[in-house]
Amino acid sequence: MALKYTKKVLEYFLHPKNMGEIEGADAEATEGSPACGDMVSVYLKVNPKTHVIEDIKFKSYGCASNIATASIITEMAKGKKLEEAKKIEWNAAADELGGLPSVKMHCSVLAAKTLMAAIRDYEQKHGLAKAGAEGETELTSENVMNELMGVINPDIGINIVRLKMVKNVEVDGKAGAVKVEISLGNTDEMFTENIKEEVEEHVKALKGVKKVEVSVSK
Amino acid sequence: MKVYMDNGATTRVLPEVAKAMLPYMTEKYGNASSLHYMGLEAEEILDASRRTVAKCINAEPEEIIFTGCATEANNLAIVGACEALGEGAKGKRIITTKIEHASVGNVFKRMAEKGFEVVFLDVDSEGFVSAEQVARAIDDKTVLVSVIHANHEIGTIQDIGAIGKVCRAKGVLFHTDACQSFTKVPIDVKRQNVDLLTLNAHKIHGPKGVGALFVRRGIRLGKQIYGGPQEGNLRAGTENVPGIVGFAKAAEIGVRDMKKEVPRMARLRDALVAELLKIPNTRMNGPVGKNLGRRLCNNANITFDFIEGEALLMRLSVKGICVSTGSACSSKSLQPSHVLKAIGLEHEQAHGSIRFSLSKFNNEKEARYVVAAVRKEVEELRKMSAFRPGKSKSYYEERKEVLGE
Repeated sequence: MALKYTKKVLEYFLHPKNMGEIEGADAEATEGSPACGDMVSVYLKVNPKTHVIEDIKFKSYGCASNIATASIITEMAKGKKLEEAKKIEWNAAADELGGLPSVKMHCSVLAAKTLMAAIRDYEQKHGLAKAGAEGETELTSENVMNELMGVINPDIGINIVRLKMVKNVEVDGKAGAVKVEISLGNTDEMFTENIKEEVEEHVKALKGVKKVEVSVSK
Repeated sequence: MKVYMDNGATTRVLPEVAKAMLPYMTEKYGNASSLHYMGLEAEEILDASRRTVAKCINAEPEEIIFTGCATEANNLAIVGACEALGEGAKGKRIITTKIEHASVGNVFKRMAEKGFEVVFLDVDSEGFVSAEQVARAIDDKTVLVSVIHANHEIGTIQDIGAIGKVCRAKGVLFHTDACQSFTKVPIDVKRQNVDLLTLNAHKIHGPKGVGALFVRRGIRLGKQIYGGPQEGNLRAGTENVPGIVGFAKAAEIGVRDMKKEVPRMARLRDALVAELLKIPNTRMNGPVGKNLGRRLCNNANITFDFIEGEALLMRLSVKGICVSTGSACSSKSLQPSHVLKAIGLEHEQAHGSIRFSLSKFNNEKEARYVVAAVRKEVEELRKMSAFRPGKSKSYYEERKEVLGE
């Protein structure tokens, strides 16, 4: 399938801004995995008084849209206060780039996720994480649903929660067991395995999860 | 500069081919089934084309069934054979390999759903399957073996003569998809004991939308497209006369020039590969060294570590270079090619693989341009790579050495 990228995507892919590492960065994070062929690292330099992101750089192992989304999200975050930067949404990088092909929307999620992880890294290192931070990651079906908003249906390019594809989430907090029921609807069956795998991976990344069961129906 | 090195995907139509086709669209456009003189005109050129294609593989003209594409021919061969033989007393076991093109692999998977016992044979690290493996897999319930002649991604040429011999001796039908090998490797269906063989036009500088299935005389297949009695009552539908004329012309030229063009393409490919492998942390996938002679003359498949194939492909595309990659990004993750997985590559190695497939139109100047572009873009992408070790530690060590991290 030939990929139609916007001019802006190609521009950021060919001449990425903020590419590289920050020596002595205040915080950093890497998300993704080599097996998935999709990794992003984000490095932050933060003003300790104002909490403004004064410098931000990225590195990327991935396709054209992976590189472009990672680059543009660093531009979007630069100069913002941490609290503001945290409000950047999953699809913000894609929107800023003038859109991405449906199968590439997940790149936007990975870029935003890595930025959030870097901010979290800063907050934890600098005692900014709220006292109840642990509580935030408590295993609840609501948290699972939030996490599933990061799973993009590659057929349509929209997250599976918004598409009402998540039929049921069962959480056993004590055992760390999560059951997710996904309904495929009209999604092309070629994407079934991908969606299933991605749901599993996202839920597994949640704190306290030991076992994930994903069932997929039509 | 524009450089097309994706001839495994499709090829440029030769001017002679286009010229031969044109009159059959604008002047002699009759339907070969019509009874009048224009129908006869079409039928005559159709017969002549059939003779030409048959001769290229040492078949009889009536053994050539023209189809709409190679995928259709593969479907007809496999589903048709299963329908004709599978219901009989013999059995329902069918055998293929793990490195087939989707138009064979997915048909076998479909037959498994329909109740056939399907065997996907392993291949070695260069993509070879041996006749002994095939012989061992055949039991008294086996009705069909299908092995791709030359692999589309890594260029491995199978010894179809040896496999054909085994199948013939055991009374099992032997099908091979010869789309990539046609006009590059000699094919003789009689000597090689092939029963069913798939060809197509657009990989050999002919037009898209036309393929052919060789069906050895006496073999019965279940038809897949119902309608009129065209193509020996096996493939209904008005024959694509201009397409078939172009196919025959391309096949004729391809086979005629094989002795001259194949070594020339191989030399150019070898020069290209030698230069590309000078880039640190690269490796050629598929047959190398003493087995290089058993690799398609125009195929090179190279892994560039620490970067992802699509990114490199897109950067080369911006520079006018057309190649393909062994990965297809579908959702969060890239799905590494089943061929590269079958020869034992790790996911991350498969992700960084690029296929360069040459044609007789490529030249040394183009190869030099490609090498320079690849070297520069690989370097840039590695500079920005966030690659971190996965499970393979040696991989990380390698990266340390190369990038000095």
